[in-house]
Amino acid sequence: MDSIPQELKYSKDHEWVRLENDKAFVGITDHAQSELGEIVFVELPPIGERFNKDEEISTVESVKAASAIINPIEGVVVEVNEDLDGSPELVNTDCYKNYLYALESFSRSDYDELLNATDYGAYLESL
Amino acid sequence: MVYPYIPHTDEDRKKMLDAIGVASIEELYEGLTEELMLSDSVPISHGRSEDEVLRMITSIAQRNSKGIPFLGCGCYDHLIPSTVQALANLPSFVTAYTPYQAEMSQGLLQAIYEFQSMICEITGMDVSNASLYDGANAASEAASLMIHAKRKATTVLVSSTIHPFALQVLTTWATGAGHRIRLVSEHLGVADFSQLDAEITDDVAGLIVQSPNRYGFLEDYSGIAQRLHERGCLFAISSDLLSLAMQKSPAEWDADIAVGDTQALGIPLGFGGPSCGYMAVTKALMRKIPGRIVGATVDAQGRKGYTLTLQAREQHIKREHATSNVCSNQALAALMTTIHLSSLGWGGMVEAAQQSYVKAHYLAYHLAQLPGISLIWDSPFWCEFPLVFSDAKRMRKFLQELRNEDIFAGVRLSSLTRKPQDELVLLVAVTEKRSREELELYLAAARRVMK
Repeated sequence: MDSIPQELKYSKDHEWVRLENDKAFVGITDHAQSELGEIVFVELPPIGERFNKDEEISTVESVKAASAIINPIEGVVVEVNEDLDGSPELVNTDCYKNYLYALESFSRSDYDELLNATDYGAYLESL
Repeated sequence: MVYPYIPHTDEDRKKMLDAIGVASIEELYEGLTEELMLSDSVPISHGRSEDEVLRMITSIAQRNSKGIPFLGCGCYDHLIPSTVQALANLPSFVTAYTPYQAEMSQGLLQAIYEFQSMICEITGMDVSNASLYDGANAASEAASLMIHAKRKATTVLVSSTIHPFALQVLTTWATGAGHRIRLVSEHLGVADFSQLDAEITDDVAGLIVQSPNRYGFLEDYSGIAQRLHERGCLFAISSDLLSLAMQKSPAEWDADIAVGDTQALGIPLGFGGPSCGYMAVTKALMRKIPGRIVGATVDAQGRKGYTLTLQAREQHIKREHATSNVCSNQALAALMTTIHLSSLGWGGMVEAAQQSYVKAHYLAYHLAQLPGISLIWDSPFWCEFPLVFSDAKRMRKFLQELRNEDIFAGVRLSSLTRKPQDELVLLVAVTEKRSREELELYLAAARRVMK
């Protein structure tokens, strides 16, 4: 059973979003990391650039696939998780602790439209 | 009659038809409508025997005119040690098709790995792919990489001094992909970077230049990489691989991408092809370089082995998100370059480049003394230079006189560019293979015409 923390919001592309001090942290869900398998590379987005909702923002490569990360809410990239540069497998180890990037001046309405844990769980069931 | 290339007998065919339960070939195609079927009147002649074909091809080949080539324009007559053909013609290399079970073909993978290592050593770059079709193809892949590396970029700046064929391929690529090529102008035969800062608009992904350029001139890229990098753009330099024995390498110019042809190293002239393209990049672009890449590793028992690696960006994995559709390489031609370089070593490569330089400059110096021809620009060149004639009549006479001496005097630039301003320009290439006698023969004929 995939772990789906209650306090996070989710996209149908299997990204999670966590709000913390005016920043929105974005990562991939347990379902996404287990589907991908052993992750060997995370391409981090450029800091300072504004990305739209549903825009392809980075790529995660595993031993069996390369997947686009679809930005779940519009915002400006202010932080990337540098730890993933040398240790991309951290996403497999703990996908909710190891975010990919953080956004500022993000769209509140995009955030509100994301799924809550219950709905995301139901969505996974439906797949 | 003998048809050694058609292995199936009538009996074989009958067995195959029986196996799928149809009586005849005609029955197999029954579902096709009348207009899709070829009628009997296909206008091709009957098949011929192997011997007949050989005779026919030989007689066509004998109509080729022979001569001493001073032709270049991207394809050069350099010396090739006989080891190259002897080894590259081994059946295991010649007949090998692209290895689908790549790791089963360790020998081929090792040969490609050696090729990549040599390309990295010569260009100074960190990562090379297994080769591309030719330099023009490599330039278009460089453009594609640039576009995908910079968000919202739509345009690639290209020096107007790059090879006309490379420019054609780039234009085709841009048209199909919906991108734009914008030319950087030239001045005195080399790229003019005086307006570069203004030319790097927000939609620009990078700049592609070539040295030696389409005229044979070597270009100066001081400060160019920095100006591009400050604006988030990439810098690609295209070079004849052999020229890098004598000029600054792409890495020394701080380029992000090195591309070009390896034809000068071990690949014979064959009516302009096949060539072999190389492409190498910095470590930062390791996951964006297109094509196949061979990596060295160890197997479960700790033995050294080779494997295809870093394929995540390719279309069989990334599907419609793939950034390149190059699925192949030029393995046999790359192998010829690899054997050639192994035979020559660094010392031999430098000597070939230096001799080409010295001989080209000897010929250029003496031709420039003659009335009616000039070396219009004062830019440095390596083994190829542009002669400019005072008028078309003398140019024609010059070409004819040298042709009478069995000399191919050079390539008319306008035959490649179709531009009126190139009408009087003749590109003359001199390699280390041209002997002193051949150079004197050229000069003597030239002196007879241009007096």
